[in-house]
Amino acid sequence: MNTNSQTEVIKDSSMLLQKTMIAENYDELTNTEETGKKISATFVPGNLNELVMCFDMLNNLPEINAINNGMRKKSGAMVMQAEKQGHSEDVCTYVKADIGSMSRGNLAPNGKPMPSPDLLLLSYTGCFTFMKWFELLRHEYGCETAMLHVPYEGDGVVTQNMRDYVVKQLKEVVIPALEKVSGVKFDIDRLRENLRNSARAEDDFVWVLESAKNKPSPIDAYFGGVYYIGPIFTAFRGTDKAVEYYQLLRKEIEQRITEGKGPITPEGDMQDERYRLVVEGPPNWTNFREFWKMFYEDGAVVVASTYTKVGGVYDLGFRHDPDNPIETLADYCLGCYTNRNLSQRVDMLENYVNDYQADGLLINSIKSCNSFSAGQLLMMQEVEKRTGKPGAFIETDLVDPRYFSAANVKNRLESYFQMIEQKRQGIRSAA
Amino acid sequence: MKCFIGIDLGSTTTKAVMMDTSGAVLGRGITNSRSNYDTASQVSKLEAVVSARLELCHRALSDLPELKQRVDELLAALERNFRLELFLNMLEDLKQTCLENAANERHEKIGQELVTALHTTFDRMQTQLSKLFAPGVERKSDFFRDLAGSVYMNQSEKVADEAGLPFDVLINIYDKSIIETENRPPAEDLVTTFLRALDRVLDEVGDLPVEQQTIRDMVAKALDIELEETYVVGTGYGRVRLPFPKEHIRSEILCHGLGAHLMYPKTRTVLDIGGQDTKGIQVDEKGIVVNFQMNDRCAAGCGRYLGYIADEMNIGLHELGPIAMKATKTIRINSTCTVFAGAELRDRLAMGESRADILAGLHRAIVLRAISIISRSGGVTSEFTFTGGVAKNEAAVRELKKLVKENYGDVTINIDPESIYTGALGAAEFARRAAEV
Repeated sequence: MNTNSQTEVIKDSSMLLQKTMIAENYDELTNTEETGKKISATFVPGNLNELVMCFDMLNNLPEINAINNGMRKKSGAMVMQAEKQGHSEDVCTYVKADIGSMSRGNLAPNGKPMPSPDLLLLSYTGCFTFMKWFELLRHEYGCETAMLHVPYEGDGVVTQNMRDYVVKQLKEVVIPALEKVSGVKFDIDRLRENLRNSARAEDDFVWVLESAKNKPSPIDAYFGGVYYIGPIFTAFRGTDKAVEYYQLLRKEIEQRITEGKGPITPEGDMQDERYRLVVEGPPNWTNFREFWKMFYEDGAVVVASTYTKVGGVYDLGFRHDPDNPIETLADYCLGCYTNRNLSQRVDMLENYVNDYQADGLLINSIKSCNSFSAGQLLMMQEVEKRTGKPGAFIETDLVDPRYFSAANVKNRLESYFQMIEQKRQGIRSAA
Repeated sequence: MKCFIGIDLGSTTTKAVMMDTSGAVLGRGITNSRSNYDTASQVSKLEAVVSARLELCHRALSDLPELKQRVDELLAALERNFRLELFLNMLEDLKQTCLENAANERHEKIGQELVTALHTTFDRMQTQLSKLFAPGVERKSDFFRDLAGSVYMNQSEKVADEAGLPFDVLINIYDKSIIETENRPPAEDLVTTFLRALDRVLDEVGDLPVEQQTIRDMVAKALDIELEETYVVGTGYGRVRLPFPKEHIRSEILCHGLGAHLMYPKTRTVLDIGGQDTKGIQVDEKGIVVNFQMNDRCAAGCGRYLGYIADEMNIGLHELGPIAMKATKTIRINSTCTVFAGAELRDRLAMGESRADILAGLHRAIVLRAISIISRSGGVTSEFTFTGGVAKNEAAVRELKKLVKENYGDVTINIDPESIYTGALGAAEFARRAAEV
């Protein structure tokens, strides 16, 4: 493996395809003045892309913009800009990156200004901050806002009542709002067609995620995983392009398995799989490559992660169902990882550790995300107890570079890896 | 003989432990980390070698039955005089470095006066500092910088005054020179220094029940034993800076866990409070780490917090504990931010609270933070070992004992006098095991 960080990043063809898709999407978003297309802004969990597309509208995801700005090292200044405007240090840094970006011209990665949204489609799926975020945006843009209130799975189950409640809102609030803003009449067959595409892509996506059960794992289900979730979590779910992307990705991974290869990293194929980890929590975006390197250079591969389920928990069996188009959207929103309670999350993590034969659970706790972070230490201790595998806890942030302390994170990771190794040797010598 | 070395590169001090094939500790060495881990690791290793040599001399002289009563006295004198010789060598090095730096053209106009002033200063330093190595004298620090620095400041100020020279020039020369001197390994080989020290000892101790030459021969023989660096393991924050291959590096969590296990095999929970880290570590019956938690993002509540407070109060770090022990009550102080704690402290002083009571509160604050880290790592279920620089602070220990009892009942709490070497000890044991495989 080449250790020179200056060399060009190695990418698979699926990554290049995704890059083109994202670039085209930003071009479309920044070109609405000419095309006259309307924009709906929404969140990744509970993202209703199939529905939005029925109205010829474009889907803009402020979280994704924040991530983009984080990875391009632009979020730090945006966060500070938002703080100057009075937002506290403790506020979600996605929100601050978004607010800060607006004050700085709100430029898309293609350098063109991002137009104002025509509709704020607030699908509320477990994160309270979403509501406050769009409240701020509504104040800023003064545009139409539709709120889809998704009840939290506090008891760990989705009842018919909950489903009916979401369906009712979709029919009575969301669809009428989309019709009003776009001027396009809702066509349920068009929705069915989009959902059919979604399900096809979802099948391949799940196959890719589960390929990590192989040894060595052909994918990294966290750092690589954030690329794999890209199309399905964002503005592409339900499109032909997404179907094509996942077919291509699947072929690539099939090839890797045949060749006995480990995951691709920015420095080429990972050679020696030494540790298999399950990771809970979103990644840090401002130092993404540096963070990833701390894993692959020590032979640590993430075989399953919960972050790759925030936009839908497909590996537990959910598929968008064209035969029940509105109900399936309700089920989708209700089942997102962010809408699940602590015991459901613990169960998932326990099963991942066992099913993916992992060495343990690592939690990356996000400083500015209470929604994810609350209860994580308890979750770790419970998973440790149930699986007998060691856990570890590190803390970083989403897009605030001030909260990524490389030396500290590396120190804890190295300690964790060595602890796993020491435990193995202890077991071996005892045997 | 085969030797295994563990080096713990901490943020404040660097420690080395040297071990023999049986796992017995031969020597320990410590030095300030001085933002230069290469030198710090060399110096600490050298210190460990010195202490190993003394141990070997001790073993050799113990073989002479006639000397039995006086071996400890002889060894103490040998160490003291060896330190003196080493110190004088460094002082000479510092003097020469200062003279070279004084010859810089910037000081051309006062060049000759500077040379004279430095000579006078160093003569006075030598007289004054040599006394620190007389029998029975306690030194505040064993680090050259600490000892030489304060006397230089003192004497050069007087000399500058007497000669009508600018004091700040002398300070600048010193600041530049001390770094150079500190980062240079001793020019003379250790054996020569040891033998010169032995001559001083033999002059000093008077009549002995054996021939002086016999002692010289025994010591020379012990000094002649080759200490082979069979395997070195590095740990601590500076470990990645060591010129070691990756397999020679271990995380300090593992080293502290194993070190504490070696000191107290029944240990199940280890608390280490170092300069910038507080670690709560759970180990199993073999010393293998099963869980750990550390302070994140902020080092308030670690050793540096106490260092900052000591600076704020204008007292020495080592005085904090004894003053706090005199407290009659404990003032509540926050532990989440070092700088805020400093402000709180001034506020309390202004309100008329006593220094002792405030310091008791500060010690409680750092221990409270440590207790929270321990509980996050899984709490205390059995024997508990406290390590790191802060374990030397009696007020911190008192608070810890109190809080452990309050939270976990009666558990055995171990504190080893050499606890600062815990990480290095674990590293040395890892080195020994690695060589065995």
